[in-house]
Amino acid sequence: MNIRLDQATLIHANGNRAVNAVSCEIAEGERVAIIGPSGAGKTTLLRLLATALRPTAGSLSVLGVDPWRIGRSALRRLRSRIGMVHQAPPIPPRQRAVTAVLAGRLGQWPLWKGLASLVYPVDIPGARQMLARMEIADKLFERCDQLSGGQLQRVGVARVLYQQPDLLLTDEPVSAVDPALSDRIIGELVREATTRGVTLVASLHAVDLALHWFPRIIGIRGGEIAFDLPPVRVTDAMLKELYASESTVVPTQDNLPLTVQSPGVRRKPMCS
Amino acid sequence: MRSVHWIVLAALAASIWASFAFLSLNLGELLTVESRALMWKYVVSFFAPDLSSEYLMRIGQGTLETIAISAIGTALATVLGLLLALPAAGRFGIVARAAARLVLNFLRSIPELVWAALMVMAAGLGPFAGTLALALHTAGVIGRLFAETLENAPAEPAQALRLSGSPRSLAFLYGTMPNVVPQLVAYSLYRWEINIRMAAVLGVVGAGGLGQMLYFSLSLFHQHQALTVIIAMLLLVVIVDGASAWLRQRLVG
Amino acid sequence: MSTKARVFAFRDPAALPRFALTALVILLLWPGFRLTEFDPGLLFDARNREIMGKFISTFFPLATSAEFLQLIWKSTLETLAIATAGMTLALLIAVPLSLMVTRSLSISRIGPGRGLLAGRLLRLPARFILMFFRSIPEIVWALLFVRAVGLGPAAGVLAIGVTYGGMLGKVYSEILESGDTRSTSALLECGGGRLTAFFYGMWPVALPEVVSYTVYRWECAVRASVIMGFVGAGGLGQQMELSMRMLNGGEVSLILLVFLLLVVFADAVSAFLRRVTA
Repeated sequence: MNIRLDQATLIHANGNRAVNAVSCEIAEGERVAIIGPSGAGKTTLLRLLATALRPTAGSLSVLGVDPWRIGRSALRRLRSRIGMVHQAPPIPPRQRAVTAVLAGRLGQWPLWKGLASLVYPVDIPGARQMLARMEIADKLFERCDQLSGGQLQRVGVARVLYQQPDLLLTDEPVSAVDPALSDRIIGELVREATTRGVTLVASLHAVDLALHWFPRIIGIRGGEIAFDLPPVRVTDAMLKELYASESTVVPTQDNLPLTVQSPGVRRKPMCS
Repeated sequence: MRSVHWIVLAALAASIWASFAFLSLNLGELLTVESRALMWKYVVSFFAPDLSSEYLMRIGQGTLETIAISAIGTALATVLGLLLALPAAGRFGIVARAAARLVLNFLRSIPELVWAALMVMAAGLGPFAGTLALALHTAGVIGRLFAETLENAPAEPAQALRLSGSPRSLAFLYGTMPNVVPQLVAYSLYRWEINIRMAAVLGVVGAGGLGQMLYFSLSLFHQHQALTVIIAMLLLVVIVDGASAWLRQRLVG
Repeated sequence: MSTKARVFAFRDPAALPRFALTALVILLLWPGFRLTEFDPGLLFDARNREIMGKFISTFFPLATSAEFLQLIWKSTLETLAIATAGMTLALLIAVPLSLMVTRSLSISRIGPGRGLLAGRLLRLPARFILMFFRSIPEIVWALLFVRAVGLGPAAGVLAIGVTYGGMLGKVYSEILESGDTRSTSALLECGGGRLTAFFYGMWPVALPEVVSYTVYRWECAVRASVIMGFVGAGGLGQQMELSMRMLNGGEVSLILLVFLLLVVFADAVSAFLRRVTA
């Protein structure tokens, strides 16, 4: 089993119970979308999986090990196998795209290689290839503060692609990108996951993207799992209830009303 | 005016009177015909400056030495300041933070000139002592500023790198440094400007540069040469001021 | 894309400028190490190490004989007195000169043309004197005055007065010119005199800034008066220089401690004065 959460609970320092006794299992190579209103605990759940937060209660295992029961160097090795696309790309503004992408493999490189790359980028073709997959190969040597929000977000994705992790986590990776491009970026992430056979867990704000690209949908509300189903069995009523606290409409990319057909009928064929 | 203002004014007047009384100083005494004549004689004794090419060469040498003292001193201070700023920004725990801050405060509170006098003892007369003195004091100043910059730098980039398994040192170099380097460079250059002026006078306690030449020439009553050194110092200060104002205007505008 | 362009795309375009800049900095710093006779070995030279070791080993305990404490107390007061008296002298120099160079107080500027040239001719030397006073470091002034009026606090007072007079004069005139000058020029245009214009037009606006800067300078003067003691201009510095020359570590460490306390004290006083007058 690739990921296992067992009654995992996380209470923030301010007493806010962000994740409440969540149990679930995700197998190797599975592609899972996490949806839910803002504040439901999507990001916290992903940060638990990314070993950024330690569960207050319960246990979890990621890539087959409990990250909080292993030594420091083993944790570092584990983390180098987990790639996380952040909602706001954590890239210093003055860094160049090439450096930002190459930084994805700092956990795998020996120290000298990381230092050498500061003097001269050690793998320009590699960085270029990943940026090309994000359609911004021409920005290779641009400084990140010269890029638009969407371009910067794609540099962040390219960094994680370059990392080649065994577990791909993405936290609203297309929040700053227009719908057509969002579709292509999610498609690229899905292709990466399927060709390399790695697990992909993505939190998404746009429900249509989730339903379109992912064979398993986990809906979260109030830090708890509301449903965990394949998209064909997600009903209109379930979605309405999930987003009841936020608005009367279910959020989609272009805010067009979502047409959920009767359960049991496949809406769109899966690409890829 | 509130009554507190009157009290402050009265206290100021009293302390000024007390100061002159304590020093038994009488400004009027300095303005008597006799002392004015003596003063004038002293001023005249400096003219004209020694402009022989031989001495000008030595002045050039001294000016270069002054600039070298300030440049090397500032460079060393930058390295030392950064090394101390890391623990002072709390990167190696609370104990190291307190200890590093103590060291930085100590280095900073002792003026350059006192450091120079101490370094002359430790390393002998000459420009090396001046370089060390500037390096120590400036390391304290720069280190404190660096530590503040580091503490205010956003933590997310380095944290994200650590989350993808990057070692601490590389996460710092890739995630934090790009954010702080421009400030570090700006601080160092600014301190360099100040240190050029300082290096010109550190020599009065024997730490090399133009100051030492001035001290020697005054001690030997070579007033003409002393005036040449003073003119050189004046020019150096004016040129550095002008250059830095010009550069700043270009960089900002 | 041509082959050449493609190869180029895989090369870091910033590498060459970076290497060039690094090489330039190293090339410029390199002779500096020779000019400064850079030799860390000197620190470990047997003789230097012996002197320094002996000196530092006597740092503790602090010298606390009643006689010495009394001496230091007197020197501390002397330092404060030098700073205060020096600032008074600086004000006497700065105020008239700054009024002279402040353009917005110029009557001749309003016209008619007569006296315009004379006004300019007067401002120029005043400006030059201010620049001359402040551009020569205070310790050089101290060195010169020690030779003119003899060892002791008088030289320190004069040095602070001259240097800080130059600094204050420049800053005062900048403050006066940066403020709103409309009321001043109105007064001048109605035929008011320079001083009337100053007291009724500028004074109320500029006062807080002037006070705050003066108080800050006084704080600097306290530090400076300690330092100037090293060339014989009285106060704590002169005492420290003596103790150092005698390699008396206990005395030096006590004086250093007193110096640090004095700086903290000056800081507190200046903060208090600024708060009261704000």
